[in-house]
Amino acid sequence: MARRYDSRTTIFSPEGRLYQIEYAMEAISHAGTVLGVLTKEGIVLAAEKKVTGKLLDLSSAKEGGYGGSGEKIFLLNSNVVGGVAGVTADANSLVNYARQAAQQHLFSYNEDIPVEQLAQRLCDLKQGYTQYGGLRPFGVSLLYAGYDVHYRFQLYHSDPSGNYSGWKATSIGANNGTAQSLLKQEYKDDISLEDAIALVLKVMSKTMDSTTLGSEKLEFATLTLDSEQQPKAKIYRASEIDALLKKHDLAKKDEDTEMKS
Amino acid sequence: MDVSFALTGKGYVLVAADTTAAHSIIKVKSDVDKIKELSPHLLMAYSGEPGDTVQFAEYIERNIRLYQIRNTYGLRPQSAASWIRRSLAESLRSRHPYSVNLLLGGYDVSTYTPHLYWVDYLGTLAEVPFAAHGYGSYFALSLLDRYHDPEASLEEGIATLRRCIDEVAKRLVVSPGKYLVKVVDKDGTRVIEI
Repeated sequence: MARRYDSRTTIFSPEGRLYQIEYAMEAISHAGTVLGVLTKEGIVLAAEKKVTGKLLDLSSAKEGGYGGSGEKIFLLNSNVVGGVAGVTADANSLVNYARQAAQQHLFSYNEDIPVEQLAQRLCDLKQGYTQYGGLRPFGVSLLYAGYDVHYRFQLYHSDPSGNYSGWKATSIGANNGTAQSLLKQEYKDDISLEDAIALVLKVMSKTMDSTTLGSEKLEFATLTLDSEQQPKAKIYRASEIDALLKKHDLAKKDEDTEMKS
Repeated sequence: MDVSFALTGKGYVLVAADTTAAHSIIKVKSDVDKIKELSPHLLMAYSGEPGDTVQFAEYIERNIRLYQIRNTYGLRPQSAASWIRRSLAESLRSRHPYSVNLLLGGYDVSTYTPHLYWVDYLGTLAEVPFAAHGYGSYFALSLLDRYHDPEASLEEGIATLRRCIDEVAKRLVVSPGKYLVKVVDKDGTRVIEI
């Protein structure tokens, strides 16, 4: 009878807890890490891709689209980049919902959706599953890196319970505690975008399981302003990630090993 | 028979509307306010079918207020105009469409620019430097072509507006007697005595 309050998402346990929501959050803490750092000049987002196998065909992800392999980092709207951690299928559904919500706002108001409103729309949906019975909650946490004229650059985090909060730097997924304490130590309010990119890569290299970083394990994106002061999202392609890692001396050194052998 | 004018200047929008309420050929009232203050930086002059005008203006006013309460910040003039246009366009395609024409004057506090929008009951939206609705437009638009200056000070803008009002008083057979003039700028909206 110990599991009496586990089976339904909408029933409180006598200690006042919603177990299904807590289990969903637990599932997320095993997912690939996603990191976000906010600066005055823009936002940096990086994500660890957990499962890769030699036989997985990545050829479709390498070309076309707007960059990235579309596993962890998505363009939600022209002014918002989202990073997801958790059940991939649930995340895809939420990304689709977010894109639709953003376009509905554009349709009604002829402006890009303000970032907090987009986060709120998704949280309203997620909160519904903590209250209306029958289904399980979304096993997904998201980071939203966005820009709007009201509050400029913003970084939000939302969890399966429908709570959301704004951050200067944060992390979700596996090892998020380690990542966050590293970010806390290194983050400065006047950090430049260049330094933020270096910080994100450094923290990523320390929290990831593998010793060497590479485009097959990493997704990377920035959101900045272009010369017309309009938000510009850049989701890095595999070749661009490898170039970036090389620049920061974090790339695996294929040449060295080859030379030796 | 409603007459309304609006024009932009350096950092402001002036909006003027007559204050007459007419029923058939009878003047019922001469101190009606036909310019709603939708938000701290947004004015809307409305004209058209009596009854429709007030109903529609109040519907818009409350929805703009609701957006502001929900999101702490209000809609920018450009977004508010787009939403109002869509409301009219959807109404036009319903069983009982609203017959309302609008002039929207706003000041965008995020870009520090004044904006003026001309909207009609068919859901036409145009951003313009000056605008007019009603019989007054036949006289005012040519005057504004000649005298409007987007860089004009508030005093110069008021002088240009006076020309329009005087010309309508001189030439229009059914000219209204009194006008209410409001301005919106960085400090918000206020009534101007002319």
